[in-house]
Amino acid sequence: MDMNHHNNSGWSVSFRVFRQKTGKDAHYDTVKLEVDPDEYVIDAIERIWAYHDRSLSFAHACHHSTCGACGMRVNGVEKLTCITPIHTIARNGGIVQVDPLRNFPIITDLVVDMGALYRRMAQVGHRPVVPLAEEPAGMPVRKSNNGEYTRLSDCIECGLCISACPVAASTPDYLGPAVLAGALQHGIKRQPGLLKLVDSEDGVWRCHSAFECTEVCPSYVEPGTKIMQLRRNVVSERFANLFRSNR
Amino acid sequence: MSTPSNQPSSKNWYKWFDPRGKDLGSYAFILNRITALGLTFYLFLHLIVLGQLAIGPEAYDNFMAMLHNPIFVFGELLVVIAGIYHGLNGLRVALTSFGIAIPYQKQIFIGLLVLTVLGSLYFAVRMFTA
Repeated sequence: MDMNHHNNSGWSVSFRVFRQKTGKDAHYDTVKLEVDPDEYVIDAIERIWAYHDRSLSFAHACHHSTCGACGMRVNGVEKLTCITPIHTIARNGGIVQVDPLRNFPIITDLVVDMGALYRRMAQVGHRPVVPLAEEPAGMPVRKSNNGEYTRLSDCIECGLCISACPVAASTPDYLGPAVLAGALQHGIKRQPGLLKLVDSEDGVWRCHSAFECTEVCPSYVEPGTKIMQLRRNVVSERFANLFRSNR
Repeated sequence: MSTPSNQPSSKNWYKWFDPRGKDLGSYAFILNRITALGLTFYLFLHLIVLGQLAIGPEAYDNFMAMLHNPIFVFGELLVVIAGIYHGLNGLRVALTSFGIAIPYQKQIFIGLLVLTVLGSLYFAVRMFTA
């Protein structure tokens, strides 16, 4: 069968959805749906909410992998559900288990509190819009009359990398992959204090090279690679500081 | 069903060893932790063995004779396997930490697993036929 184009005849798939309301015990609700295998997981979750249980809470917005709101664990793996076709994770008659992201406090059902991530991203100066001239690839870019050309940052702050990181699970103060990648994007020379923040026990040196962040990132940020680049920058800056202090 | 611990916490250390939904990089990380713990445990055992010397030569010789038991030989083989894997993965981590061969970290992991198996077989034959 062509995996990229499926017969639109419906598949029957059971969705096992994590549920937990404040003060209540966690449990799973199972809903059997007729789905088009080319539909996305978020479509099925929306249908469960629309036709089966209006009390189901989940976050979503853009439906095209720009907002980063619909990150969840699908069959145990971190996915952006708006770009995860059902046929890539289940078969006709199969089960799809949907859980909230790990390593963030659960607010309700599939919604987690990502406030800590957003605050840390702001702390390292991550910019949602980046001047093209500052792209690491170093491609020559003409400047426009009104200023520099810009583009949206790759990182959509979806939190999948934090959820997948084994170190983030056991270290609440670890800045985490997205934040460290954001620090590299901003540049340790640009912001005073950033070097001290990332060159610390809970900064770049806390990473233990599982590269799970790179594995799940839906925007090809490659946070694992970025952390290693930031380590090199930190070491270079340390050396430079040795000579600066000797003057 | 009890409430899952979704908050990052040092109490979640056991989650390091959960391979579900993870990829090769995490398997390397998990094996690295297990072998590290094993080698640390062996270090203490090693010190206990050396402590027999303080009791006297006879006690030490008796203890060493006991180590010829196949169960202890197997234990020593596990130490060798852990040492080979941990050392080779240490090189992989060092390389990637310097930004070298990051896109190939999975292939390097598979390669070092093959080397670990070959090394383990070599030492298993040597130790059990000695």
